[in-house]
Amino acid sequence: MAKTESTFKNMVLTLTLIAFVAATCLGFVYELTKKPIEMSALKKKLDAIKLVVPEFTNNPDEEVFRVATGEGDSLDVYPAKKDGVLTGYAVNTYTKSGFSGDIRIMAGFKPDGTINYITVLEHKETPGLGTKMDEPAFKNQFIGKNPSDFVLRVNKDGGPVDAITAATISSRAFCDAVQRAYNSLFASGQWDGNSGSTESTDPSDESKKEKNKE
Amino acid sequence: MNQLQNFTKGFFRENPLFVLVLGLCPALATTTSAINGLGMGIATTFVLLGSNTVVSLISKLIPDKVRIPSFIVIIASFVTIVDLLMNAYVPELYEKLGIFIPLIVVNCIVLGRAEAFASKNDLPTAFLDGLGMGLGFTMALGILGAFREIAGSGAIFNYKFINGDGILVFVLAPGAFIALGYLIAFINRIRKT
Repeated sequence: MAKTESTFKNMVLTLTLIAFVAATCLGFVYELTKKPIEMSALKKKLDAIKLVVPEFTNNPDEEVFRVATGEGDSLDVYPAKKDGVLTGYAVNTYTKSGFSGDIRIMAGFKPDGTINYITVLEHKETPGLGTKMDEPAFKNQFIGKNPSDFVLRVNKDGGPVDAITAATISSRAFCDAVQRAYNSLFASGQWDGNSGSTESTDPSDESKKEKNKE
Repeated sequence: MNQLQNFTKGFFRENPLFVLVLGLCPALATTTSAINGLGMGIATTFVLLGSNTVVSLISKLIPDKVRIPSFIVIIASFVTIVDLLMNAYVPELYEKLGIFIPLIVVNCIVLGRAEAFASKNDLPTAFLDGLGMGLGFTMALGILGAFREIAGSGAIFNYKFINGDGILVFVLAPGAFIALGYLIAFINRIRKT
């Protein structure tokens, strides 16, 4: 078969045809993978929620609500309830102060603000260094602590948090994300306080803390 | 050149990474662990196979002046397919490799093989070339990833065999250059003898 000549008509025809076939194939694959992609994203979210809050019987994904961060943004909060009684909140929080890119964290709080468990959803930190923030050795020090009296600051900045060796920035970012979740959920007026706990956090104190960190 | 040589040249004699030194960007960025390197290599192999096959089939039909845009559309389609499939079925690996999956489009190995080899050869030859080159690239990324993982974090395939940290520089970007440099020197030494 002879090589197709490079005439204008041939070129337009060829490119149109190739683009058309390519688009058709992509549309087909997109349809095929749409469901599995959604499922895996949902499963990942539910797994993270399950990990960070105490037992629940409701579907936290259906009762999701948003709280303002006070920085012109808002966070998704998934309330966990067991037989109608609130057992905790899972907050999908973030920080922009990661070593490379944003970090997304699912932070679980008990109704009184105590940290239940934390898991890292998404990050681009250095493997072997910043990635250690998702290991128990680092995050277990937050469990059972209440950010109202446990200052979320690393040793270097005068706080009680043991930073990961050679990954102070990632450790700081982790604290920042958890602090953001706590501030948005408990320290802002949005919290209705129906669990009956006495919240002692003073908003002005929190904003001062934010400033110190910068 | 017979078909066997055509297949095996990608592993050693014309290894894309160690000998041709192509595709350095994904090679340096994704090989922080052996499994990441292998995943990246397999994704690239799939794209190479697809693009080499299609390009060798229809290269006669494509007018010379628009061959590069045509090849790029074909390659981009395969990359998007890989991207969607990985997102759907191996979400964890997909997240780790991140932007480097879409960036296979601009990997010069893929376009290089399409332009320099597949468009001038028949289907079986182009297919074997794509397979050999892809697996050669996978092997190279796997070796580089394993080397960096062993030296950098004292682990292999996420299995830790020493306690504590390794030599930190190897998991960082400079370590990638150092490791690749020594590997290329080593391969060159073997090739000369």
